[in-house]
Amino acid sequence: MSMLKQLVSTVVMTLGLAIGLSTTTHAQTLGTPISEDQLRDFDLIAAPDGSGYPQGSGTAIQGKEVFERRCAACHGMRGEGTSAQTRLVGGDMQSQTSPLRTVGSYWPHASTIFDYVQRAMPADAPKSLSSSEVYQVVAYVLYLNEIIEDSRVLDKTSLVQVEMPNKDGFIDSSQAP
Amino acid sequence: MSNQELEKVAGNGLINRRHLLGLGLAGMGTVASSALLGADAGLKLEIPDWSRTPGKNASGYGSRSRFTEDIQRMSGNPNPLYPGGGASRSPLHQLQGSITPNSLHFERHHAGVPDIDPAQHKLVIHGLVRQPLMFSYEDLLRYPMVSKIYFLECSGNSGTLFGPNPVDGTAQSIHGLVSGAEWTGIPLSTLLDEAGVDPEARWINAVGADAASMGRSIPLNRAMDDVMLALFQNGEPVRPEQGYPMRLFVPGCEGNISVKWLTQIKLSTEPSHFRDETSKYTDTRPDRKSLQFTLPMDTKSVITSPSGQMKLQRQGIYQISGLAWSGRGSIRRVEVSADGGRSWADALLQSHQSEKALARFSIPWQWSGSEAVLQSRATDSQGNVQPTRSSLVSEKGNISTYHFHGIQSWAVNSAGDVANVYA
Repeated sequence: MSMLKQLVSTVVMTLGLAIGLSTTTHAQTLGTPISEDQLRDFDLIAAPDGSGYPQGSGTAIQGKEVFERRCAACHGMRGEGTSAQTRLVGGDMQSQTSPLRTVGSYWPHASTIFDYVQRAMPADAPKSLSSSEVYQVVAYVLYLNEIIEDSRVLDKTSLVQVEMPNKDGFIDSSQAP
Repeated sequence: MSNQELEKVAGNGLINRRHLLGLGLAGMGTVASSALLGADAGLKLEIPDWSRTPGKNASGYGSRSRFTEDIQRMSGNPNPLYPGGGASRSPLHQLQGSITPNSLHFERHHAGVPDIDPAQHKLVIHGLVRQPLMFSYEDLLRYPMVSKIYFLECSGNSGTLFGPNPVDGTAQSIHGLVSGAEWTGIPLSTLLDEAGVDPEARWINAVGADAASMGRSIPLNRAMDDVMLALFQNGEPVRPEQGYPMRLFVPGCEGNISVKWLTQIKLSTEPSHFRDETSKYTDTRPDRKSLQFTLPMDTKSVITSPSGQMKLQRQGIYQISGLAWSGRGSIRRVEVSADGGRSWADALLQSHQSEKALARFSIPWQWSGSEAVLQSRATDSQGNVQPTRSSLVSEKGNISTYHFHGIQSWAVNSAGDVANVYA
């Protein structure tokens, strides 16, 4: 088949899909099949339901050293921050004055801390921490916020069991008009 | 034509928008009186030098006049502890029409602009699908594409106006996180259908290939609607700062969810609750509950000229001009006031009205040299009317500063200085 004929046939097939013909029609797909196993190192999504976490574990006691070495330049030695944007500790959503919103007071899921540190931190060298170092740093940030004990071991099972103070503070508006 | 013949349509000098065209300055009575005096009798026009010398040859890549090089995006100071974080703002006060040049489209990055080789970039669709798929850039160029003109606005745009005191800013510094462009790409539904969406799926989780691997969760029903995988912007490949080689484009919604450098779409039953949809881009109400996934951008308009820090040099006719947009439809009407909202007149909507796109409006205004407060108020095709700033702030509070869309006021003093005020 000529290149042109192939292209026309592909376009016709794809258009067919777009206008709602049954997807079981054997359209000539242009994507390459891939397996979830092949995506294991590529998919960094660590969700509140416990899916997507790597092996490894850590405690706040271990995390203190990592935090002070890799995080404190922006977030302060004890999470107090070097600016309002980098403060990780404190705050109370029910305070009389405008509430200070931090990881401790505002974030509804512990999973978000793991997910964000793993994908984006430290800001000057994202993805340079080992999985265990990420668990350790998350444990330390939760400990600084008095949410867990410093000996609590966080891993793929225990991390998502941590209850955050503001877990009921959010309203899903995704289907609002 | 005498001054009295100009049809005044609202207080403090607003003139019927139909006078916009075909009304020469010379007909304006007391307006622009220096112009009426005519040219200096000693002036004699001559052929300029550039009409005597052949100019530059055609070039491989265009450039602008050296006399317009002051038109620049405005970016903040780089933070060495947060490399690549930050934004740059479009110079709204120096542009016209409703399409933003790609080089002046606003930017917002969370870990800088990656330098992506399209030959190595992959887009993966996986999770709750019949068959996970991987696409190369070359694969994607073979699909049928659609082109649509849309605005893009950061939900932090104009957020300073939630504050207790009006900042001394420009249209660019206050409102410059909005731009408009023609986006060309593949309907995302085409690619999701090819992978085969599992009936259990309710969300897509989109992740970029930047150093922050910035991610956002988007409801599947929206993703199957008008969302596209954008490959071209105003006819050229999407620029690196806009997501080259590809970005998600979610029309009408806060810019952050139009994930740039898109590399992963994972379908799931629940959102991922990424940092940028929990810690950031959420709206804490006065009762301390926080709204999450407030995606559509509200009905809004901004006067771009005259605007903050400009100076009106002389009394007379000016064209009040600005932009209006809505994430829920097209712009049906823009009204303008020159007396702080006491009286209003309909502005002319210059450009073709399309859904979720910038609309340019204008109305002639005769500045008498006395104080004025200029405002604009947009209404969209769903009947949503832009609220006053005070009603917006009393409804939403100011714990969060996203989604400001209230009416903004530019005050003109008797010296012609224009400034942002709360009126």
